[in-house]
Amino acid sequence: MRIILNGNKYELAGPASIEDLLKDLGQDGSRLVVELNARIVSKENYTATMLKEGDSLEMVRLVGGG
Amino acid sequence: MLRPLIIAGRQIRSRLLLGTGKFPNSTVMARALEASGAEIVTVALRRVEFDDPQDDIISHIDQKRYLLLPNTSGARDAGEAVRIAKLARAATGWNWLKLEVTPEPNFLLPDPIETLKAAEMLIKEGFVVLPYINADPILAKRLQEAGCAAVMPLGSPIGSGRGIKTADQIRIIIQQATVPVVVDAGLGLPSHVCQAFELGADAVLVNTAVAVAQDPVKMAQAFKLAVEASLAGMEAGPMTEGDAASASSPLTGFLR
Repeated sequence: MRIILNGNKYELAGPASIEDLLKDLGQDGSRLVVELNARIVSKENYTATMLKEGDSLEMVRLVGGG
Repeated sequence: MLRPLIIAGRQIRSRLLLGTGKFPNSTVMARALEASGAEIVTVALRRVEFDDPQDDIISHIDQKRYLLLPNTSGARDAGEAVRIAKLARAATGWNWLKLEVTPEPNFLLPDPIETLKAAEMLIKEGFVVLPYINADPILAKRLQEAGCAAVMPLGSPIGSGRGIKTADQIRIIIQQATVPVVVDAGLGLPSHVCQAFELGADAVLVNTAVAVAQDPVKMAQAFKLAVEASLAGMEAGPMTEGDAASASSPLTGFLR
């Protein structure tokens, strides 16, 4: 199954939730914000939100800035 | 006495707002924040780079001590600014925002029309909006009427260090302001900070000048001292300028 992650194609081996994907990426979900098809997903819904073919995900975080 | 700096009903102790970009590393940034005495610090929002174990600068900012002011840098229009704002609110857990809409990359000058449009949308969404603007008095007034918590006119282009090239315009903004005026962008030296306060600004926002200094911690302290010196000077009641000389020594008893 193919999704778009931060503007790039990303292949998922099988059904996966946002939580699964974060684990796959080795990311600590508490430090970032996830937007699925232009809607922010709250952290408590990471486990329940299953990804679908063609989904577009953005994972963003705070960085230094002015 | 200088009026207290109150933004969205909250009294802010330090009139120096500090950005967190461009520092050589997190340790230096944290020490510079400390030395600056800043209470409000700006941050940006970017895509996670999965292959790049970057220095996590945010974990070095004690959020009990500093108020995070996320910016919408990178936004080219109102729609992008609103999207970034919502992500920033989700990341920080609160609703303060430095609104920045800069569609062209060379001078990063803010788009006034998209900024006003975004401000109106964001205020409806419950954000506390501090817009970064060109030093345009009419726009500043429109933004304040729209409900912005402050206005942040630029002194000169972001990161240029050229100082306050917009003094006459900033003076007009300050004259008509009912919200705090924060001079943002272009300040390169502590003396530029003094000029901002002498114009009557309520606060200043600095990033590059501190972050890229040879000694960022010392420069942060220098900016803090400049804020203190200029505010003390303004509170002390400056003398009036005159055209002709006015002798400091008595004009009597000359040895002739």
